[in-house]
Order: sequence, then C-alpha cells, then structure tokens
Amino acid sequence: MSIGADRGHTPDMAEKLRSINWGLIFLLSVIAGIGFMVLYSAANASFDPWASKSMMRYGISLVLLLGVALVDVRFWLKAAYPIYLLGLVLLIAVDLHGRTGLGAQRWIELGPLSLQPSELMKIGLVMVLAHYFNGCTVEEVGRVRYLVYPLLLLAVPAALVMKQPDLGTAMMLVMSTGGIFFLAGVRLWKFAIAIAAGAGLVPIAFGFMRDYQKKRILTFLNPENDSLGAGYHITQSKIALGSGGMWGKGYLEGTQSHLNFLPEKHTDFIFTMFAEEFGMAGGCVLLALYALVVAYGFAIGLRCRNHFGRMLALGVTFNFFLYVFINTAMVMGLIPVVGVPLPLISYGGTAMLTLMFGFGLVVSVYIHRDVRINRRGESES
Amino acid sequence: MKTRPLAQDKSRYKVLTRRTLMLGGIQAGLVGTLAARMYYLQVLQADKYKVLAEENRINVRLLAPQRGRILDRFGVPLAVNQQSYRVVIVAEQAGDIDSTLNAIGTLIPLGDNERHRVLREMKRKHSFVPIMVRENLSWEEVARIEVNIPELPGVQIEVGRNRYYPFGDRVTDITGYVAPVAEKELTGEAVMELPDFRIGKAGIEKAQDLELRGTAGTSQIEVNAFGRIVREISRDDGRPGEEIATTIDMALQDFTMRRLRSEESATCVVIDVVTGEILTMASSPSYDANTFTQGLTNAVWGALNTDPHTPLNNKAIQGVYPPGSTFKPVVAMAALESGMITADFRVNCPGVFTLGDHDYHCWQHRGHGTLDLHGGLKNSCDVYFYEVAMKIGVDRVAAMANRLGMGELTGIDIPNERPGIIPTRAWKLARFGQRWVDGDTPSIAIGQGYIAGTPLQLATMLSRIISNRVIVPRLVRAAGVMEPGKPFDPDLGAKEFATLDFNPAHIAAILSGMNAVTNEQGGTAYAARITDPGMEMGGKSGTAQVKQITAAERERGIKKPEQQPWKDRDHAIFIAFAPVGNPRYACAVVVEHGIGGGKYAGPIARDVLRECQRRDPSRRVPPDPMIVAAAEPSVGAPGSPTPPPEKTP
Repeated sequence: MSIGADRGHTPDMAEKLRSINWGLIFLLSVIAGIGFMVLYSAANASFDPWASKSMMRYGISLVLLLGVALVDVRFWLKAAYPIYLLGLVLLIAVDLHGRTGLGAQRWIELGPLSLQPSELMKIGLVMVLAHYFNGCTVEEVGRVRYLVYPLLLLAVPAALVMKQPDLGTAMMLVMSTGGIFFLAGVRLWKFAIAIAAGAGLVPIAFGFMRDYQKKRILTFLNPENDSLGAGYHITQSKIALGSGGMWGKGYLEGTQSHLNFLPEKHTDFIFTMFAEEFGMAGGCVLLALYALVVAYGFAIGLRCRNHFGRMLALGVTFNFFLYVFINTAMVMGLIPVVGVPLPLISYGGTAMLTLMFGFGLVVSVYIHRDVRINRRGESES
Repeated sequence: MKTRPLAQDKSRYKVLTRRTLMLGGIQAGLVGTLAARMYYLQVLQADKYKVLAEENRINVRLLAPQRGRILDRFGVPLAVNQQSYRVVIVAEQAGDIDSTLNAIGTLIPLGDNERHRVLREMKRKHSFVPIMVRENLSWEEVARIEVNIPELPGVQIEVGRNRYYPFGDRVTDITGYVAPVAEKELTGEAVMELPDFRIGKAGIEKAQDLELRGTAGTSQIEVNAFGRIVREISRDDGRPGEEIATTIDMALQDFTMRRLRSEESATCVVIDVVTGEILTMASSPSYDANTFTQGLTNAVWGALNTDPHTPLNNKAIQGVYPPGSTFKPVVAMAALESGMITADFRVNCPGVFTLGDHDYHCWQHRGHGTLDLHGGLKNSCDVYFYEVAMKIGVDRVAAMANRLGMGELTGIDIPNERPGIIPTRAWKLARFGQRWVDGDTPSIAIGQGYIAGTPLQLATMLSRIISNRVIVPRLVRAAGVMEPGKPFDPDLGAKEFATLDFNPAHIAAILSGMNAVTNEQGGTAYAARITDPGMEMGGKSGTAQVKQITAAERERGIKKPEQQPWKDRDHAIFIAFAPVGNPRYACAVVVEHGIGGGKYAGPIARDVLRECQRRDPSRRVPPDPMIVAAAEPSVGAPGSPTPPPEKTP
C-alpha cells in the first residue's frame, strides 16, 4: 500500500469492488455445492424438498454477504450493540411467543419466515465482544475486572438460550466467547481456572438438565447400551460412517441413509451421509475445504489494521470452526449429541443466513482492512 | 495512553498474532483428531461396520417348500395344495402385541383361544417369524384387514397353501392327512416354525413325509429402518417336495367306497397278485381329511373317536378279525405241502366231529357226507378241516400261515399296521402259561379261537398262494413305473419277490376248490358269482363268531342272527380272486358284524372285482405323467369362497 503505515485509508466503491475476497466466496460456494449434492441424495435423488430450497437460500445469502461486505466496517462497529439488543429482544420474544419444535422453543415466526434468534445472537455476541475488546489495552485485558462486562454480555443471551432449552447453542456461545477472550489475550491461567470451575459445576448442572439432555450425555458415554433408544442415532451414524470405508459406497448408494436407518440425515447427521457415500476420502476433502475457509478467515483477521476488524474476522471464523468441529465430532461419536448443524451443508435457513452474514462481515473487514479505528471507536483515517 | 495509540495497538497486535497462531494450532490438532477418528471408523473398523450395515438392511426369510402332491396310479391327484389367505403378525415389528390383537379383534372375530395361542407361540418362536393369527380368511375379512394395515404394525396378510384332499373321505385311509407341527415335534429346524409348514400325521403323508416335504428356500430382502421390504435381493426357491405316485386306482377306490356304504362298517382290499400293488384299500365309514387340515373342533373329534364304527381306524390294516373259513385254504396248503394228504384225501362229514367228550359241529348240522379237498372247500365243510388239522397239527398250520404273511406285519408302506395272531404251541405257553391241548386245534382249522388277522393279511395270503411268491403289499408305486417314454411292463418288480416253492399242483387244487365255491351249484357263494364271461372269480366265504354261543342259548334255540344286536352279530368275511383262468387280482372283504360271509361279503367282492376287471388297472397303460401334471384339474374346495381374481397386498 502506498498509504503511510500510521495513516488509515478508506476505500472508495471501485476499490471495494476490486478487493472483494472472491477466493473465500468461491470456497464457501464449493462447500455449499457439496451440500446441495448431499441434500439431493438425502431426498433419494430429488431436488425436493431440500436441495432446491437450500440453493435458493444460498443465492439469497450470497447477495446478503456481498451487501454486508460492501458496507463500511465502521458502520458495523456502530451496529454491534443494536444487533445484539435485537437478538436479545427476539430471544425474549421467542420465550414468550415462540414455536415449539423438538421439545424446545427456538423458532419465532416473522411473516413467512421462521427465525431462530439464537442463531442471530451468535453473530451479535461476536460483534459486541469485538467492539468491547477494540476499546481495551493489553494491560486492561489482563485485569479481571475488565472481563466482568464481556462475561455479562455472554451471560444474558446464554441464560435465555439455556431456558429454551438449547444446551448446544448455549455451549456454542460460551465457547466462541472463550475463543474471543483467548484471542484478546486473556491469561491462560484464567482459562485453566474457568475450565476447572466448569468441570466442578458439571454434576450440579447435570441435576438441572432436562431428561433428554441427561440421556444424551449418558448415551454418549455408552451408545451401544441403548441402541434402539437414545443411542440409536449415534450407533447408526457410526455404522454409516464405518461401512462407508475408505472410498465410500458411491453417490446415491448409501444404504444407511437411503433406508432411513440414519436419522436427521438432511440436518445434523448430513456429514455422516456424505461420508457414507464418499468414504473417508470424501470426508477428508470436505474437512480440508473447511480448514481452508478457517485459514482464509484468520489470514484476513491478521491482515487487518483495526482491532475491531481483527477481532470480528477471527471471532466469526472461530465460530464457524466450532460449528464444523462440534457437528463432525458429534456424528463420529467423539462428543455427545448436540443439535449443531454442519455449516453451509445442513438444511436450515436461519443458520445459512447468519453464517453468510458473518462471512459478509469478514469480507467487509478485508475490504476495509486499512481503515483505522481508535479505542473509542472513532475513525482515524 | 491516548498519546501512544500506535504503540498500544502494536502490543495488542503482537498478542493477537501469537494467540491466533496458538488457536490455529489447536484447531489443526482438533481437525487431526477428526481425521484420526475417521481413519479408525472408516478404515480400521470398516469391516465390522460393513457387516452391521448389511445386517441392518438385509433380512433372510425362509420360504416353506411346496409339499409334493400325492397321485393315484394314473396321475389323478389325491392330495394337492391350495391357496388360502391368513393374517400373521411379526412380533419384532408389532410393538404392543395386546393392542394390536385387540385392533385385529375389532375387524375379524378373534377368540380368546386364538389370542392365547398367538401369545404362547410368540414366546417360543424367533421374533422375526410371522405367527399365524387366523387362517382361511374369507375375502371380506382379507379386505377389512388390508384397509387397516397402516394402523396394524407387524400385521400382514399372507397367501398360504393349504393341503387339500379332493376326494374327501374316500381315500383318507391311504393319503392320511397333515397338521401343523405340534410343540413336541419341533426339532429346532427353523422351517418347522413357519406357519405354512405341515407335517404328515397318517398314511402316505406320514410314511413319505420327508420326501413330500422338500427343502426350504430362502429369500434375502432389503428392508428399511421401519422393516418395510424395499426389494428382494436374492431368492432361492428351495426344492419342492417330491410327488408320490400311489398304486391306488382312484376310480376303483371311489367305486369300492360307494359300494361299502351298503354296510354299516366294512372294508375291502384289492391287490395285484403279481406286483403286490394295492389297487384299492377301502375302509368305511371314514373321515374327511380336510376337516383335519383346517383345524378340528373338539365336538367333531369326539364324535369320530367314540363312533362304534371306528371311522378313524383303517380297518384294512388295523382291524383284526378271526378269519373264519377264509383260513381254510391256508390249512389246505399246509396239509398238501406237508405231504400228509393229497387232494384226494377223503373225509366223511356226519355234521359233527367228536374229540374226547367234546363235540365240534359242522356249520351244516345235517352233515356233508364224504368229501375230498375240492368238496371240502366248495362246501366249506368244517369237519373236513377238523380232520385235516388234527392230522398235521397246529404248528404246521401256523408255519404255513406265517409263510403266507399272517401273524406278522405284511410290511405295507404306511404306518400303524397290526400284526394279528397266529397261535402255536409255544405261543399259548408263553401267553397263558398253558400247554396246547388237542381241543384247541379244531377251532384253528376253521379260523376261530385265538387266531386273528387283518383284511390286508387275508388278501396277501391269497396273493401268495396264487403267485407262489412272497408278495409284499405296497401303496407307493415303484420308481420308474410311470416314467414317460418307458415301455409299459405290467409285471414290473414282480421278480423281486422270492419264490415260495409250492407245488403248482397244490396251488391248482386249492384254486379249483375256491372256483367251486362261487361257480359250482351248491358252492357256499354261488349266488355271488360273476357271470360276465372271462371275468369269473373264485372265492372263499368266512363267518367269524363274535360272541360265544353258550349251551343255554343252544338249548333255547339260536336266535336268527338278524335279530341279534349289531354288536353281537358275526363278522362276514370273503376272499376272492379273478379271473379264475389267469388270476391277477386278489380281494379281501370284511363286513363287521355282517352275519354271513357268502351272503353279505361275497356280493361286495363280486362287485368290486367285476369293476376292477372292467378297468383292469394293472394292465392299463398309464397316461404320460407329464401330461397329467400339466392338466391338473383346478380343484376348488366345495363351500370355500372363490379366491378373488388378482390382489397385491
């Protein structure tokens, strides 16, 4: 860049369009394309009911991504709290008027749309945390009292999500907050204490859990114990993965999925379906694609010259990584069954929209990488 | 701090970069874990999970083999398989059995008995084996179940096969019947647990059960998670049971059964004296085997069991009767072969034979005068045979009776035959601990006393005398008899029987005596002769006392037999052969409590042998069995609902 190192630079529209990160968008589209393929197979070689809708949603989400990307990152800095508050309001609304599905209130009806406010909250939380840490020095981050406020930012939505009850999403909020704290430079011993305290709380938390949540955890510990009940999902998922072998059974040839032994094959267990048909080889390729996206996101974060952008890009990307890891580890039987979709592939509108919104922010960070923002959130360019 | 924002940001950036790299490392580690897990599941454990996935989707089902048909000697089917509809329940798919049974109960009548039987069978059988709830459904019941199938998990309508006997009660004693496998008969073979499986319980069905059964097939089917069949992957139909051709001529059997209906209880056997093939084995009254295959009610069972006419007994092989005068040819043959008399041996019959202080009467109290063997047989003179028997002794008579197939099992190829009794000195000592006395011998001479035999034994005895060979009666045709394209040999298998080495002159003497019984004026069964030229029969009548006539009764004067209660009347017995010139068919008739052999049993033998010679089943070339099989008549059970034209459940 020809601009001085200590002076910021605000790109004009032409520059913005030129610096849109097409490589990242291409990667996302490849992954989404794999998703359409698997959804087509999940519906027994039919675009209905999932693949076609998912493609439409991806199209809409892609437009959203570009729109978000072109908006100045300083706008998003200012918008962090309104979005967070909107998320909170919707979470409360869902508590009061939400639609119940699968034993939990997660959806809210907005006209023709069904929204999961908890999904929006994931982005909102990352944004306010990035906003907060933009205003903190390294020394402040090192002090405990500066961590009370961001913990509160986490606690309110986490408690509301817990109440739905949606343990999986609450854990996601906690973990992505943890990731942002980690990136911000919070001392490692504090994490050690938090983890130790959390471990100590597990038995107590276990007492507060709903029966189905307890069952999931017990089932995780020994899935074969109850292979027709709660362990059925994970046992069948492992059978599907294992029987796929190195090279898979072939596209549209998965027996476990097509004969319905595999549950939720178009949502949470879609990775299993993919790996049954394409084997370990296919699974590794998909994981590599995800890893590339994460690497891209991290590179964008490190390349950015304002701290809000860095935290935002890294936070969103880490959140994305968490989704991928928790979902795949779950279907492989490494962690208990939690309702976390596989990004860009699982069938689900809100998740797709929020994810692409998040990557819109990442691209926006890239486009506005040379914008300078001071600790009070003012532009210095 | 405000004065050094850039330095501040630099230190923040330094921390952030370090932490980002650390986090990246952690993420790489986690992705590595995922890859390792995939390697473990999809490569190391792949074989195990492949097996589990196959087990998930593939079910193996056994297919009951189709039971072989039973045919008569010309290919007329005596036992066939018929389609029937039944409702079955698969335990592992049904969930709550009780509520499912209740739901079925609202659609079709379902008794408590059936309900308990289903629950009991469920405990005993593999959970994937369909258990029959009710069979022989009417079409309307099938429709009612089919419409409600979505609300009846694990319930299916199956098209099954029922054994069907087209001739009802007219050949049951030969075919026997089949029934579902009883609990104690289960051998652990899975095929025996199938609802379609039947096991032979009597007759040919029992004797040839293994041949008729065939071997079970298997069907590999792909099922989805709900147990619904997606497709059939492979199918092995197994091997259907063999068809068993019997020696019976069904037309003659039918004729005989109808003929026997003139009597309360009677039996008739016709044997081919050359081959030992049983052409007719009728026992009347009988029962309809179809009532057994479709489940017997206690009332019907009880009635069959207590009927004094013993319909459940095959009287031809299970009825044991004193042969009476039909035993006289045996005594004659024993005497001739011993060399102690010739056919010219003469005896004067004054109407009574006195031994010590006991009088043995001839049936003809006036006496017969002087007779030779011919006259003795023709008139059935008791005194003649008292004399002969006393001359040769009981053991020679018994030895001859054994050689002719009496007193032991004939070896017929269906079960439950009875051996009868031919007494000897040793036998009496063993049985009663008493020595044989001379006074025991005269009654043996006229087939009375301890002696007893089955109608089949009498027919066998006559066949052996005629053919001079150790004829063994049989119901299953020797293999190859009906093979298409093979030249017809009416005497096939005859040479298998060992010769008895009787002097042909002795055989001729006895047959000539028996010819006189029917064909000479004054013969005891002259009235029952066959008058058609070339079909004349020879015979021997017999009347076996059932109730001892006491001295008091004799003094009071014997009541006319027709006035006595049925149970007390004498058995009427007749043995016959035809045609007299070149005998081919031997026949034995017993009319239980039929009073007089010549008078009541003879005419039956005459009618049957006449019909038999008109049909001449032994020498008639059977039609090509392939043609018979192709033209199998479509038999529909009378009274059963017509199956609907086409239905895919």
